[in-house]
Amino acid sequence: MVLFSGLLNKFQYLGAVTLHSFQRLGRGSLFLLEVLMGSANLFTRPMLLVKQLYAVGVQTLIIIIVAGLFVGMVMALQSYYALVDFGAEDSVGVMVALSLLRELGPVITALLFAGRAGSALTAEIGLMKATEQLSGMEMMAVNPMKRVIAPRFIAGFISMPLLATIFSAVGVMGAYLVAVEMLGLDSGSFWSQPQNTVDLYLDIYNGVIKSLVFGFVATWIAVFEGYDCIPTSEGLGQATTRTVVHSSLAILFLDFVLTALMFAK
Amino acid sequence: MTSRKIEIMVGFFIAAAIASFFMLAMSVSNMSSYAGGEQYVIKARFDNVGGLKVRSPVSAGGVTIGRVTDIQYNSKTYEAIVSMAIDAQYDKFPLDTAASILTSGLLGEQFVGFEPGAEEDFLKGGDTIDLTQSALVLEQVIGQFLYSKADDEE
Repeated sequence: MVLFSGLLNKFQYLGAVTLHSFQRLGRGSLFLLEVLMGSANLFTRPMLLVKQLYAVGVQTLIIIIVAGLFVGMVMALQSYYALVDFGAEDSVGVMVALSLLRELGPVITALLFAGRAGSALTAEIGLMKATEQLSGMEMMAVNPMKRVIAPRFIAGFISMPLLATIFSAVGVMGAYLVAVEMLGLDSGSFWSQPQNTVDLYLDIYNGVIKSLVFGFVATWIAVFEGYDCIPTSEGLGQATTRTVVHSSLAILFLDFVLTALMFAK
Repeated sequence: MTSRKIEIMVGFFIAAAIASFFMLAMSVSNMSSYAGGEQYVIKARFDNVGGLKVRSPVSAGGVTIGRVTDIQYNSKTYEAIVSMAIDAQYDKFPLDTAASILTSGLLGEQFVGFEPGAEEDFLKGGDTIDLTQSALVLEQVIGQFLYSKADDEE
């Protein structure tokens, strides 16, 4: 009998975990719906959005530019050492450009974005909840969805593709610095090989689509975790951690799915 | 910070992103070869197109003069029909121009090469090239080589 109830406890735990996850997913989806409906409000008050674009986009710009520059330079060095054995070092340009545009640009930008901007969004909204600012707004008949959440969500969604594009462009310039200025490759073949190979639709547009999807998911997770957190200092810390972990995992998983869909021949 | 400063910074951010996109589109991708005003379409029939793809280059004398726009299979004549868009500035190809599918380098991309003929009249949009040479399929060449080698040794 004891054994039987022990087994039942295990099942109960499994059921509770599953129900809890589905409940959160459902709450998250309803929350997203509410945010999207509240976003129309931004057309009448664009200043709310501009402020958040500054906090989410402009302040993330520095880390994106520095990371892009170094990723591009390292890619150029590594691909040079790998390709020089085959006498194919002229392909450094196309190799760096393709990897940045297709994968590294969207993915690394999204991971940095989740760490820099996503965690800040969660902490900010979570603290607003913990100090009852959100309830205060409701008392004053101000809808916090429209006033607080929607501008942050839309700002993240807009900023991500812009940041990823800047990341890729800076990365290509970093690769140019290393490959042409430092290693002495021909600058003509550095540019002409990508121009022959990289496709505007297949490579550049698909990279932008990827970064749009990542921006959507990462910002959604960030604002939802903040809005849904347990309003204590411990709960806030857990929510911030969950934001970074969940959005990074979601980005990597979605990247695999999107790559399989886009580049399947 | 005043809202003016914030607006200026956001403006810079968006301008930088647009500039990056144009830099990528113009200097890294093949967009510059899309932007090419007038074109006319020529078709060619091949027995075998090998690894030719849509958007493969069409070149004459090593210069890219157009791109492959469509590849279809005609099940009546058992031939592949390749449509090519040629830049309008290259409109002086004689009617008996030969098209062959070539490979850049030993293992490179395949492209269509034009070899101008001697006729007085020129190809117009919608014309079909009959003088064609199919792609060289490496496996067949190796196979033929091995067979002839085996015959020699008997």
